[in-house]
Amino acid sequence: MVPKNPYEHPVNLQPYKRKKPTVLNTFKRDYQLWIMIFPAILVIFIFNYIPMYGIQLAFRDYNFAKGLTGGEWRGLFYFKQFFESYQFADLMKNTIVISLSTVVLSFPAPIILALLINQLRWKRAKKALQTTVYLPHFISIVVMVGLLNVLLSPNSGVIGHLLQSFGLGDVNLLGSTNTFVPVYVLSEIWQHCGWNSIIYLAALSTVDPQLYDASKIDGASRWQTIRNIEIPALIPTIIILFVLSMGSVLSTGFEKIFLMQNSLNLPVSEVIATYVYKIGIVSNQFSYSAAIGLFNTLINFFFLYTMNLVARRTSETSLW
Amino acid sequence: MQLVQKKQKTVAHKRNFGEWLFDAVVLTICLLIFLSIVYPLYFVVIASISNSTLVSTGQVTIFPKDISFFGYSEIFKDQRIWTGYGNTILYTVLGTAVNLLFTLPAAYVLSRQEFRARRFIMFAFVLTLFFGGGLIPTYLLMKDLGLLNTMWVFILPFSVNVYNLIIARSFFESSIPKELYEAAAMDGCSHFRYFGSVVLPLSKAIVSVIGLYYLVAHWNDFFTGLIYIRSNELQPLQIVLRDILLSNQVFSGGAGSGGAAGGYAQQYADQVKYGVIIVSTLPILLVYPFLQKYFDKGVMIGSVKG
Repeated sequence: MVPKNPYEHPVNLQPYKRKKPTVLNTFKRDYQLWIMIFPAILVIFIFNYIPMYGIQLAFRDYNFAKGLTGGEWRGLFYFKQFFESYQFADLMKNTIVISLSTVVLSFPAPIILALLINQLRWKRAKKALQTTVYLPHFISIVVMVGLLNVLLSPNSGVIGHLLQSFGLGDVNLLGSTNTFVPVYVLSEIWQHCGWNSIIYLAALSTVDPQLYDASKIDGASRWQTIRNIEIPALIPTIIILFVLSMGSVLSTGFEKIFLMQNSLNLPVSEVIATYVYKIGIVSNQFSYSAAIGLFNTLINFFFLYTMNLVARRTSETSLW
Repeated sequence: MQLVQKKQKTVAHKRNFGEWLFDAVVLTICLLIFLSIVYPLYFVVIASISNSTLVSTGQVTIFPKDISFFGYSEIFKDQRIWTGYGNTILYTVLGTAVNLLFTLPAAYVLSRQEFRARRFIMFAFVLTLFFGGGLIPTYLLMKDLGLLNTMWVFILPFSVNVYNLIIARSFFESSIPKELYEAAAMDGCSHFRYFGSVVLPLSKAIVSVIGLYYLVAHWNDFFTGLIYIRSNELQPLQIVLRDILLSNQVFSGGAGSGGAAGGYAQQYADQVKYGVIIVSTLPILLVYPFLQKYFDKGVMIGSVKG
């Protein structure tokens, strides 16, 4: 029989009733795939999911003899203890100041850098600049903070000398409550801005060349091309990355702050993550510290969720 | 200038003054960015081989002066650094091998459309990016597993990084033609064989990128040593570096250690610090040029479908 519509598929795709493929009845066919994915499942289950079960520690006492689940149930006691402690206000303030200024200042930097690199017409200079700006990303945090220490030292550092020659005197940039946050944020930009620009450069490379040609014919200036072609092309990437960065509003990088801390800047540099480490790992107050950690995670998750909701409502681009 | 004139021949429409100015501004800013990154790194190199008195009084700026290798000779004598170096190399090599061995096959499986549990497993993996147990429950788990103060804590936990898994999966999905598997399966090729002799050889770029990510992460890992390791013989390089660079325990013998800022010993300590920065970062700088051509590719694949 000739089908009436030539575009309609002439063959019946389901010639006989077939069992719906499920995990169980495809297991025999796919057993090799299961073997290949098994180590990954095991590792993620043990090291990511079992600690989630351990979260209940935030609501119980830790019993050294009976282990994680053996202690007495305390409900929200440890959360209350945290909210009422005298450090609560300072910790929250420091964490929010550091993470918000990091997000606000270091988020636009790679976008601008990518647009700049994209404007370079000399291929070799472009390549050289890219290679250079990616490089600091691979320096370890310890070395990064060590670099800051030796370069910013007011007595012997090269930047310390530079500041002195501008008449700024003996400012100890790492040991002052006023300069801790700027130094933290600027060094963060210095280290990661280049690496983070890759993703925007990739998005820029997918712009349809016809758009450039058309704009050239219409007599658009370079600046107009950036504003009307390149920035719109980056918007979806920007939204996704912004939502993701919102998910870590309260999780400042533990390691860098921990390493940059000293007794002089501690009033502004003690954040939730370093506090959790100090009372949990150093002083063994497991339950109290687990409660603070959980509080931190929940706030992050809340921010991620809300920002994603906002992004989905306003722009139809979202994580899920 | 030269570049602007050269380009003028190839660009069809005439450049006006505005365009010329635009290029000049872009070039200047790029040059400034370039210098702001290169100069501090260059300074560390020249400071590590210059006379430390001249460095600390700000007389070494562009060229090394009064070359001395005192810092490096101190470093070569320091047993702590070599123990740390050895440990870090061991952890990095073993750890990266385990990472790749666990991540790549899993990524391949998750790229197979016919694998029924794919969506659920992917969701369970991605969830861990946004939600976790936190430091204390994880610490107690390591304690219960007996991983505290052993070398395995550097190798086994978190050996599958979900970001890297997604990058690899996207690459397998988009760059390996589906017909290849059909043809291979027709000839009776199993998934193991297909993965080993078809997929992997076609995926050198992504394997190098992910391998580099893992390698750098192990090399720079400071957190694991800080939290889970107590004994000095097991400490990785980064912990030793912290002691030298930040806690100012520069000389292992004890002489000259402490915060005698501005003093005689402090100047030599600074030279050791510059040297240590170079010695510890050198291996990464050596692999970097060979792998950086793959970066754009690796990140792009991850971003398009991530």
